[in-house]
Amino acid sequence: MLEVRDLGMRFGGLQAVDGVSLDVNEGEIVSIIGPNGAGKTTVFNCISGFYTPTGGSVKFKGDFVHTFPDYRISRLGMVRTFQHVRLFSRMTAIENLLVAQHRHANTNLFAGLFATPSYRRKEQLALDRASYWLKKVDLLNHANREAGTLSYGQQRRLEIARCMVTEPSILMLDEPAAGLNPRETRDLDELITAIKHSYNVSVLLIEHDIGLVMGISDRIYVVNQGRPLASGSPEEIRQNPAVIKAYLGEG
Amino acid sequence: MKTNNIAFAFFCALVTAIMAFPLLGLKMVSEGTGMIIQGATASTWIYIASACMMVFLVQLFKTSLNSGVEQFKVQLSRLPTPSLPADQHVRLEKWALILIIGLALAWPFMTSRSSIDLATLVLIYVMLGLGLNIVVGLAGLLDLGYVAFYAVGAYSYALLNNYYGLSFWICLPIAGLLAATFGFLLGFPVLRLRGDYLAIVTLGFGEIIRIFLNNLTTLTGGPNGIPGIPKPTLPMIQTDPEFALISLDFSRSSREEGVVPFHTFFGLDYNPETKVVFLYLLALAMCLAIIFVIRRLIRMPVGRAWEALREDEIACRSLGLNRTAIKLSAFTLGASFAGFAGCFFAARQSFISPESFTFIESAIILAIVVLGGMGSQLGVILAAIVMIVLPELAREFQEYRMLMFGLLIVLIMIWRPQGLLPMQRPHLAIKEAEHA
Ligand SMILES: Nc1ncnc2c1ncn2[C@@H]1O[C@H](COP(=O)(O)OP(=O)(O)O)[C@@H](O)[C@H]1O
Ligand SMILES: [Mg+2]
Repeated sequence: MLEVRDLGMRFGGLQAVDGVSLDVNEGEIVSIIGPNGAGKTTVFNCISGFYTPTGGSVKFKGDFVHTFPDYRISRLGMVRTFQHVRLFSRMTAIENLLVAQHRHANTNLFAGLFATPSYRRKEQLALDRASYWLKKVDLLNHANREAGTLSYGQQRRLEIARCMVTEPSILMLDEPAAGLNPRETRDLDELITAIKHSYNVSVLLIEHDIGLVMGISDRIYVVNQGRPLASGSPEEIRQNPAVIKAYLGEG
Repeated sequence: MKTNNIAFAFFCALVTAIMAFPLLGLKMVSEGTGMIIQGATASTWIYIASACMMVFLVQLFKTSLNSGVEQFKVQLSRLPTPSLPADQHVRLEKWALILIIGLALAWPFMTSRSSIDLATLVLIYVMLGLGLNIVVGLAGLLDLGYVAFYAVGAYSYALLNNYYGLSFWICLPIAGLLAATFGFLLGFPVLRLRGDYLAIVTLGFGEIIRIFLNNLTTLTGGPNGIPGIPKPTLPMIQTDPEFALISLDFSRSSREEGVVPFHTFFGLDYNPETKVVFLYLLALAMCLAIIFVIRRLIRMPVGRAWEALREDEIACRSLGLNRTAIKLSAFTLGASFAGFAGCFFAARQSFISPESFTFIESAIILAIVVLGGMGSQLGVILAAIVMIVLPELAREFQEYRMLMFGLLIVLIMIWRPQGLLPMQRPHLAIKEAEHA
């Protein structure tokens, strides 16, 4: 479904990403791991259209999307979270989920002003989907709280719910477990697995929590200093001498 | 330390003296063809001396003065700030709104002609405040040139009436549409700008429009303005000699075809006040319509998208929101409200000139939005009343108006940085959904 080939990204004199290729098929959980500064987030930014890559190609559902503006890519069904949570913090939790469904909404000004039946039906649909996902991530009791006042773990979950209400085919998560306690990490593990199994959504994951990654990934790509180091199943990665060397070598 | 302080204070006073002496102490007086330099009067010297003394004292006691100001700020921010639980607040806001509307309806029948006229001006600023609130309060786009759209609205009525004799009723929607078009056009070049940069470009845009109107003498009369703009008439269906659509105007007698004086039509005595009351009621109706529209907008997808854009533009993009469309819609809608307000302004003044559309107007409207509490309607209404009525009450202190104005804003911002009545989030009732 997603094919990244020979991706390159150069910032001035710094080649942050160099020759990274990866594939995500339907219903797979694929992880990217690597030390800090390896270029993982930059890969995400290139795939999701925030940066235009300086080399290589990104193909999604048959389209070469690396020249598309970011909002068009997410409309095709590829949405992401951010390493540092980006919520609409002065809006309530449920409003965050309603905004995410903007492109499904009836944005006709007059339909809204006069609250036509079709407008109301769509709004109710959006509200239902929002409350469904709030319940899934255990935030239904906080629906009308401002997102900025939620705890860190809750904010992380709300961000994932906000992606899911857009009904994506690929969910991209950038270090979703960072800053979570062990119990929250376990919940996150279950949530990601549920997303894969119950909604048939593929997940592309950047994560430092090796336990989490090894447990849920179908395939893992290792990146080091912007270059691909290894790829394969969790078992293969665990035994790959280059990976062991890179990780041990860097402490 | 102490001597150091005194030396520094003395130095500051000296600088003041050096600066003040040639600027204030010497005067150029023309004598015949030449100029001679004259010393200033004794009182000016006393002023300069006391200014130096003041600088000296302030610098000397700077630290204790500073701590005094700090203390004052702390005290001010400790003043009680009313806050209520969300649902109670929503109910209170609703009742306050109803009360204000009731009062506004009764107003013209309780007061004098001049206070009705002033109230019309307040209503015009309420429209402006509500419109700018969309752009600044909701969408978070700092627009310092909002007065441009106000001017476009006012001039579209004035010019269309002047050249084509179009009536208020035809010009009102045209003014809104034209202002909206200008908002749309301004929106394009500033799409990529945020914060300070956006503020500067919009500021420039406001000035461009004003200077343009000022210099387009053949069309707009330049600085002389456009006089004789008529007040709105009341359309009415006549049944008596024959069935026809006529307009009722509020003059003593009318010579125009199809225009009948209001008082003759209804068989009343002529009352010069009716004209003012009618314009006031129209402005009130317009305000109510705008309040209704914005109340809906906030709960509609567009309104939510505006706020989301204010909160986090990158997150918006990642969710497939097209920021171009969202920003343009905020600019366009906000501008259209200013266009309506401008049309009312032209009708109220009967005379407009570029002088009514200077930067200070933008600043006042922005102050209304910020003081009222970004995004809050009731706040904007209250702030508009405060900002327009207070200066009128303090007419004797004409020269100090801007000073008091600034002081008021500084004090309120220390007391309530979030504005008088910050926006309350709408509370959404949720029933549990079983499946998505
Ligand atoms: N916008 C940018 N401009 C310049 N350098 C950048 C930019 N974004 C990332 N980098 C650089 O690219 C490298 C990879 O960063 P990043 O992708 O954030 O790593 P990771 O997510 O793997 O920790 C870093 O050296 C970082 O400084
Ligand atoms: Mg990163």
